[in-house]
Amino acid sequence: MITSQPDAGGHYGPYGGRYVPETLMSPLDELEKAYYEARQDPDFQAELDRLLRDYAGRPTPLYYARRLSETLGGARIYLKREDLLHTGAHKINNCLGQVLLARRMGKKRIIAETGAGQHGVATATVCALFGMECVVYMGEEDMRRQRLNVFRMRMLGAKVVGVASGSRTLKDAISEAMRDWVTNVSDTHYLLGSALGTHPYPLMVRDFQSVIGRESLKQMLAAERRLPNAVFACVGGGSNAIGIFHAFIPEEKVKLIGVEAGGRGSALGEHAARFCGGSPGVLQGAYSYLLQDENGQVALTHSVSAGLDYALVGPEHAWLHDLGRAEYVAASDREALEAARLLSQTEGIIPALESAHAVAEAVRRAPHAKGEIFLVNVSGRGDKDMDIYRENFPELDES
Amino acid sequence: MKADASSRIACLFERLRREGRKGFIGYITAGDPSLDRTPDVVAALERGGVDLIELGVPFSDPIADGPVIQRASERALRAGTSLRGVLGAAAEIRRRSQIPLLLFTYLNPVIRYGLENLARDAAAAGIDGVLLTDLSVEEAERHIEPLRRYNLDTVFLAAPTSTPARLRLIAQYSKGFVYLVSRTGVTGVQDSLSDSVRPLVEALRPLTSLPLAVGFGISRPEHMAAVGKVADAAVVGSAFVKVIEEHADASSLETKLESLARELKGGFAS
Repeated sequence: MITSQPDAGGHYGPYGGRYVPETLMSPLDELEKAYYEARQDPDFQAELDRLLRDYAGRPTPLYYARRLSETLGGARIYLKREDLLHTGAHKINNCLGQVLLARRMGKKRIIAETGAGQHGVATATVCALFGMECVVYMGEEDMRRQRLNVFRMRMLGAKVVGVASGSRTLKDAISEAMRDWVTNVSDTHYLLGSALGTHPYPLMVRDFQSVIGRESLKQMLAAERRLPNAVFACVGGGSNAIGIFHAFIPEEKVKLIGVEAGGRGSALGEHAARFCGGSPGVLQGAYSYLLQDENGQVALTHSVSAGLDYALVGPEHAWLHDLGRAEYVAASDREALEAARLLSQTEGIIPALESAHAVAEAVRRAPHAKGEIFLVNVSGRGDKDMDIYRENFPELDES
Repeated sequence: MKADASSRIACLFERLRREGRKGFIGYITAGDPSLDRTPDVVAALERGGVDLIELGVPFSDPIADGPVIQRASERALRAGTSLRGVLGAAAEIRRRSQIPLLLFTYLNPVIRYGLENLARDAAAAGIDGVLLTDLSVEEAERHIEPLRRYNLDTVFLAAPTSTPARLRLIAQYSKGFVYLVSRTGVTGVQDSLSDSVRPLVEALRPLTSLPLAVGFGISRPEHMAAVGKVADAAVVGSAFVKVIEEHADASSLETKLESLARELKGGFAS
């Protein structure tokens, strides 16, 4: 049976680990120790469960998408509705876990990075809930793309700091957050939002997100008395994907399909498909598949979806890929947009652009999968993406 | 493995010890403003009294660096600087000078180049040691083996927050000298030198006979004086890089660097 647990150094096979300057090692050790203690503490888990239920809105429904399935004429497609969570995406699962941990560690100030803004909003939300100071780093390019989320964070009382270095996107926001953390570590917790970065983050974020897969598995058995044939999730850093995959990893008959951003072309710089043109390297503390040039400089990435626009894939995904336990494919900008329109018009569910990538791959495969059951993680809702949908569907925008 | 005495870095510190002097280490980002100019910049620092050069390899995502060195990396990358190019510049420096050279780099360009290839080519270019910024001691063992095989020194960072267990590993894996980070945070100039240096020096002394160099935030003669009282060498980076940023286009750049180096070195005498 395949399981996926890191070794003591945070390695998943050769991937992951801790590749950071010495100045960051002590805060990471402190965080790891606090997390392992919290993980064993039933009170911690009970408080988290209570917040997930009463505040975030768990469990989220598992919904049979009848019209979508019938339109495609093949697989029966179920949607895991993480888009119905408070703040509109799965990010809140991890934020609630980490803010409880930060409080337990006596930290007063929370910093975070954000790409699409969903993690920033979820972080600002939990900080408001617990009365903690909140600073969110966001690339200036992403601030332009996701203006509404910038305002939401400010409305929630967070300070949003624009990052003008490098490509002005998610990876630059992460670097800036790491620099803040190393400078202010005594009172600050870095609330990293995806299953990437350095140990213990990929483990911790996966643990907090794995509630998605545990719920789905139970709900699927209740609905169909069998497991799905395939599980689909989009993969940026990979937190919603590892969250829904994890409970299914030992169930080897269930195919796990991660969908990366195929962007607008296959040349370096035109996409964010790390398993399709990337090679192992180190970025921001972890060893994993990385989009880079021939000199080992991190490549620019492109995706219509800011949340998938990152050059390194979370290390556990790299390991699942090499083991052959999960399969990784890419959906293009256009395929994601069309999938979003299809889901909107068959089910009345407008997904986030990130989640639309997972939907796109399920839509592509469903007609050839009669008798099968698909489970698709709708990790977030599309409200934040309305400007981009509008730009890309001009025919819907005629006055 | 050859004896320590064969390393230019070991020879430097041995000479300094005999003469009762402190070492002056200068960091620059190679390729800023251009790789052609890097050997001239190094020569200017040497004339100003710098004893050892840290040659920084620019990287797209320098998480340990503050704004000054971040901008230097961006300039050097825009000028087309690669690890291969930096090794070429090192060979040119070595044709002109015997100043010890420490290659200062993030790990990813090295992984891409191949660690074994880097060890071979760096040694051939006349580089004396390597500091891999984001290589923690946990991951160090398999990385230092090829470097040592080519007689390259391996320098590791120690921080005020490093635990005694970690300091033991840092001392064990370091060769040439140990680089003590004066404070938590990123690289960059600051007004006063952190008080956390002295306890760090005192914690490391019993663990190693290697020279101890202190860096991060050293930008004034009085900082040099303070470091000279407790450690064996001082590292200046951002202060030099700032001069390069401000005078990159001027023919007076080298003169300005030389005089800043001389002024800082004067701090050891006070």
